Amino acid sequence: MDDIAPGVTQAVHLIVTLNPEVMEIAALSLYISLSATIIAALISIPLGGFIHFHEFYGKRALIVVIQTLYSVPTVVVGLLLYLLISRSGPLGFLGLLFTPEGMILGQTILIMPIMMGLVISALSGVDKNISDTLVALGATGFQKIIEIVKEARYAILSAVVLGFGRAIAEVGVAMMIGGNIRGFTRVLTTAITLETGMGAFGISIALGIILMIVALIVVVTLNLITSGMSSETQQIIGGPRG
Amino acid sequence: MIRIEKVTKKFGETDTIKETSIAIRAGEIFTFIGPSGSGKTTLIRLIDLLEWPTSGTIFFDGIDTAGSEQVRLALRRRMGMVFQKPAVLNTTVAKNVAFGLRFRGVPEAEAQQKVHSALELVGLPDFTYRRAVTLSGGEMQRVALARAIVTEPEVLLLDEPTANLDPVSSDLIENLILRINKKFGTTVIMSTHDMIQGQRLADRIGVIMNGSLVQTGTAGEIFYQPKGRDIARFVGIDPVTGGVVTENTGGHALIRVGANCFEALTEMPKGARAALYIRPEEVTLTPADSSQTKSSMRNRLYGRIKKIVPYGPFVRVSVDCGFILPALITQRSCTELGFSVGTDIVAGVKATAIHVLPEEEKKAYG
Repeated sequence: MDDIAPGVTQAVHLIVTLNPEVMEIAALSLYISLSATIIAALISIPLGGFIHFHEFYGKRALIVVIQTLYSVPTVVVGLLLYLLISRSGPLGFLGLLFTPEGMILGQTILIMPIMMGLVISALSGVDKNISDTLVALGATGFQKIIEIVKEARYAILSAVVLGFGRAIAEVGVAMMIGGNIRGFTRVLTTAITLETGMGAFGISIALGIILMIVALIVVVTLNLITSGMSSETQQIIGGPRG
Repeated sequence: MIRIEKVTKKFGETDTIKETSIAIRAGEIFTFIGPSGSGKTTLIRLIDLLEWPTSGTIFFDGIDTAGSEQVRLALRRRMGMVFQKPAVLNTTVAKNVAFGLRFRGVPEAEAQQKVHSALELVGLPDFTYRRAVTLSGGEMQRVALARAIVTEPEVLLLDEPTANLDPVSSDLIENLILRINKKFGTTVIMSTHDMIQGQRLADRIGVIMNGSLVQTGTAGEIFYQPKGRDIARFVGIDPVTGGVVTENTGGHALIRVGANCFEALTEMPKGARAALYIRPEEVTLTPADSSQTKSSMRNRLYGRIKKIVPYGPFVRVSVDCGFILPALITQRSCTELGFSVGTDIVAGVKATAIHVLPEEEKKAYG
């Protein structure tokens, strides 16, 4: 208990004074995880949509595989990617190991299954009658898909937010692919691990609080963007469909 | 307007629609009636080109609908559809109504004007900016109707449009359907399991049983001359069975049922086994000791009341005359005449009110 009170005090101090090193670490965390989230969303939403709207052999099995990958340990993704991009690996020539870009790649791979799986369930959650109604109203195949995606927007948002959450909170990929290099690949989670190991609990607590603040800012922003998709004001949290 | 030729539809191994042919005329209100699960919805969906028939052809305005998806889309855009359970999208009422117009690329200003007129027609002009998902069932169904007619379809399809509504909302929807048909000359094809609704609205009725169109005709034809026992049951007639034609002079027949003899109009020859279909409203009941019993009715049957079941403002009286003859009389006359179980009465039926059909073999589900 002795460490907590001074830790919180130090945390407040670091945050209020906008400590340059802490800010840099936070900015890098945000950059890497947000990039991974955007890339994963750009791949997962269309791909999830494709899987949902098409019937093909092995569809159920594919969805089961995607759902299983929700629980892939971050260190396993880190290990596999490490083997791929280390200098002697097949993708070693890209020079991605111990770079922020490598970390973005790793986090993208990590969160894609969960995003894609949740996009598929979001679209499945739209009433079957809506699809029929749109077709009966004269929608083309493409018009129908656009409207169904819009209808599922809150649930799709949850998928993206959850993906971001997993990315910014993970340690395994950041540590194994990034290497926790000070001023270059050190992010909030790896910094917390390091500082805690060294007994610097104040900084650790401060970093933890900052991580939560960063997450809050991102989630609120994403919600505002989604609400903007429909002109009428919507309840932000727990909207009527999801 | 719509011509269905030898259409069948299978879902897996199930014959949802057995070979069916029908022509629906431009401007008429045509109603499919039949019990739940008889295939009405599937037939409506086939007409709206939401499903492909397993075999057979559907013509829309003379055009074969078995074309490419583009051809079907173009034809589908000439129709409007209201589903049994209205699905509205999570946006405003106005935007919900505007979907069909937007899909067709109608300019925004024109679309707004049309949406406004459509909402006015269904009596919801103040609902424009309301969230559609917050509406009641009846309001949603009116939005669904506005959404279907805003594109000025030539054919309006409605699948059990009032099945989930209260009587007041149902009335509103029915009146709207009639108005749309009169005002725009829209061909209306609807399904219902409510035969009274079919009668109120339809120019013609098609009865669907077990995936087959078993009878087509006006409400009068279906109600008074059902073509078989299942249809009769559905329109509220329990036939008197076990009759034998004992005499027939020029279509005027005597038919014996047990100890009673009916006069009825039929071409069935002497010796034929017959079932008599008598609408319960057509049966008059008088107390056996009353002086009114000497009426002009040709058929007078002596019997005893076996059961009295309330039926809204009416009562359904089962009279035992050796067989059970159901009669429908008003609650008030039942009380005034002092009828109760065990009362001896005279039942009267006009010869012209009896519809005679050959006796059917007992069916497994009959």
